[in-house]
Amino acid sequence: MSLLSAHGLTRRFGGLVAVDDVSLEVFEGTILALIGPNGAGKSTLFNLLTAFDRPNAGTVVFDGRDLAGMPPHRVVRLGLARTFQNTQLFEEMTALENVLTGAHTQTRTGWARAALRLPGTGREERLAREEAQRLLRLVGLAEVAHVHASDLPHGTRRLLEVARALASRPRLLLLDEPAAGLNNAETEQLARVLRQLRDGGVTLVVVEHDMGLVMDVSDEIVVLNEGRKIAEGPPLLIQKDPAVIAAYLGEEQLDA
Amino acid sequence: MGSREVSWELLQFGVAGLKNGAIYALVALGFTIVYASTNVINFAQGEFYMLGGMFATFVFAHLGLPLGLAAVAAVVATAATAVVFELLAVRPRVGGDPMTIIIVTVGGSVLLRSLARHAFGSDELALPAFSQGGSIMVGGAAIDRQTLWVWGIAALAVAALWVLYTRTRLGRAMRATAVDGEAARLVGIDTRLLVTVSFGLAAVLGAVAGLVVTPLTQTAYDVGAAIGLKGFAAAILGGLGNPVAAVVGGIVLGLLESLSVAFISSTYKDAIALAVLLLVLFLRPSGLLGRTRREKV
Repeated sequence: MSLLSAHGLTRRFGGLVAVDDVSLEVFEGTILALIGPNGAGKSTLFNLLTAFDRPNAGTVVFDGRDLAGMPPHRVVRLGLARTFQNTQLFEEMTALENVLTGAHTQTRTGWARAALRLPGTGREERLAREEAQRLLRLVGLAEVAHVHASDLPHGTRRLLEVARALASRPRLLLLDEPAAGLNNAETEQLARVLRQLRDGGVTLVVVEHDMGLVMDVSDEIVVLNEGRKIAEGPPLLIQKDPAVIAAYLGEEQLDA
Repeated sequence: MGSREVSWELLQFGVAGLKNGAIYALVALGFTIVYASTNVINFAQGEFYMLGGMFATFVFAHLGLPLGLAAVAAVVATAATAVVFELLAVRPRVGGDPMTIIIVTVGGSVLLRSLARHAFGSDELALPAFSQGGSIMVGGAAIDRQTLWVWGIAALAVAALWVLYTRTRLGRAMRATAVDGEAARLVGIDTRLLVTVSFGLAAVLGAVAGLVVTPLTQTAYDVGAAIGLKGFAAAILGGLGNPVAAVVGGIVLGLLESLSVAFISSTYKDAIALAVLLLVLFLRPSGLLGRTRREKV
């Protein structure tokens, strides 16, 4: 079943058509990778898919609901979370607190009850902390739970952002270049996490330059070039697609 | 005069300084909480202090409620006033030019003061002390019982706020929003709602300060401006946006004022806050405890 479907998306910036009439379907329980040369419109499309930016034309429907004009905090509540190319962590909070904040939409205790310390509050807070610890273990960051985000190295910060996004228990998680700046070990850790998530029922959309990772984990690939969709299909077909190879010539090799 | 008497006298000034400092700390916390969610200074903060005292005297004198209930009613009424003000005047402008919101709060301050004058009159109003009995002597220094109430209630308010910030979902959301509003929205935090909550919370702290000090100082419709300035100076002194710094700033300012009375002259007491404000802004804009903020683009 299609969890996210985009139809006829177009986004113009002045005279530039960054995304040109793109449609795509993301099926539940799969990993879809969005690839393309630099300037192909991947990030713009990504922002449209997450209702972070509004298209000039076209619609995005998540789980039967049109996302047009929806404020970000409501999109998250529907079960759609994302990370950014430039990590946006809460620098002065610890890794654990970052993940707990990500669980904002999941902990239901109202502020009045929390302020009054009514029974149930402490239990929910404890459960939230256990869940946050579990997510940190999942991405391999259990040891740095109490380190401030600002003190973490780059690769760790990316994984922390993934953990924070997961804390909202998304049904669909969109990751914008999650492997950028990761070393090999960290990229492998990431690939493991992504597969584990998919097997656990989370649907994933990944914008990524690391072809090794893309070919390794994705079920379906959508290729953009100059704002248009030029190919889509499983990794093996995409690697052999003449249009894709042409688009990438001089860019980088598709040798996973 | 013996050296022992001099030190008792200093202690007496210290008591007065800590009493005022506790009040400044509460008002400064109000500034800091609103600043954290909006990045603006709420110049109506002093009026919340005024309303706390005025509502309490009104409810106590005219509705005949017991003092404790009158105090609670005053806090609730002040918080409700602040929330209505935020919803009507501030919320439509959230996300726009911060200067617009600042001007709105200046206007709100004038409006609340005028309304209070119409509703409660322009006389000074008083509230009885929370507990009866003479001052408590500590050696040669006398501590008024109401001063103990000021300290106790301020400490309680600060402790409650600390629990809120470190142990609850709301508090985490408030801290996250203070660090990065956009990222907060992206993890599902309704940052607009937090602006409303922060006004309500700032009003609670202001009202608590205003009503607990009224038995000592009396109150009137126009006390908000002066205390607003003191609280603002305290918040800046500590480092704007940091709750711990607001408390430290308030206490330091209270003590500085007291020392100025002891060593210079009481004439200059009210000028101390202004002098501190200017000095900090010139020499260390991030405050005593503030880190230099990275400019957000």
